[in-house]
Amino acid sequence: MRQVIFLFIGILFGIVMFKSEAASWFRIYEMFQFKSFHMYGIIGSALALGVVMIQLIKRYQLKSAFGEPIVIPDKTKSFYRYSLGGIIFGLGWGLSGACPGPIFTLLGAGFLPIAVVLVFAVVGTWIYGLLMDKLPH
Amino acid sequence: MEWIFNPWPWYVGGLLLALILFLLLFFGKSFGMSSNLRTLCTICGAGKNTEFFKFDWKTQQWNLLVAAGAIIGGWIAANFLSTDPSVLIHEDTIAKLNQLNIKSAGTAYLPEELFGLDNFLKPKIFASLAFGGLLVGFGARYAGGCTSGHAISGLSNLQLVSLYAVIGFFIGGLFMNHFLLPYIL
Repeated sequence: MRQVIFLFIGILFGIVMFKSEAASWFRIYEMFQFKSFHMYGIIGSALALGVVMIQLIKRYQLKSAFGEPIVIPDKTKSFYRYSLGGIIFGLGWGLSGACPGPIFTLLGAGFLPIAVVLVFAVVGTWIYGLLMDKLPH
Repeated sequence: MEWIFNPWPWYVGGLLLALILFLLLFFGKSFGMSSNLRTLCTICGAGKNTEFFKFDWKTQQWNLLVAAGAIIGGWIAANFLSTDPSVLIHEDTIAKLNQLNIKSAGTAYLPEELFGLDNFLKPKIFASLAFGGLLVGFGARYAGGCTSGHAISGLSNLQLVSLYAVIGFFIGGLFMNHFLLPYIL
């Protein structure tokens, strides 16, 4: 039952993505044209608050709601996978104008053709799983 | 209350995104939406012959609930919290998109020319959406995360590798936007 909290966090996330227009193809296009501060403002302010928040969590060793220490695992060190994977993701982001979170939001907002992007994003993930041993990481 | 129905300014979006990051950490999880794509592969049976997808997907149930919530949230926002969903982008951007035959710029939430029910099945458009999805799914997993996992979560935790990923996102996005999209649209 306590899992239901994640549904509510998701609902808040979906509303924020739609209402802040971060789920709009037009905002992503405009961001890559450097014509508006909007998307940089959203990501930048979330990031600035996030950095402070995580520093405070670490310094005061805050516990989670379930009384366990909050552990934020470090990502594995590598250059190739992050930069090459990042570039491939960026090409897709620039084309479809949607990253994985907004894909779900747009589906709910009634833009059914986004299902094409979702289905092929699952296929793309599957292809990665099949090829991962052959890729530089 | 009027402001709720208008598009939310960037600082409201950023503040609430940080709140979501906090809530997920507070409930013992981390923020990353593209992991759900891997979980969906596993549910579809990808674990039968590929090690990467062999895991108990029920351990990721919480994240699928976040994704389900994102769908419901999108439905609520579009149907009950918006009067006019038009996205008022910069007039230069509207002019540029008009030149590329995206006439719905400034009057819609998504370009009608790509996501309209009458248009998305046109072979070129369908192929573009499908290819975009493939790159998003492949790239996110190769890079170990997407915008939420790297640009918000990873950078907030001062992970250098997330900076490599985010720089990659922008190299790819800028290249698509300036050099490929004009030929695709």
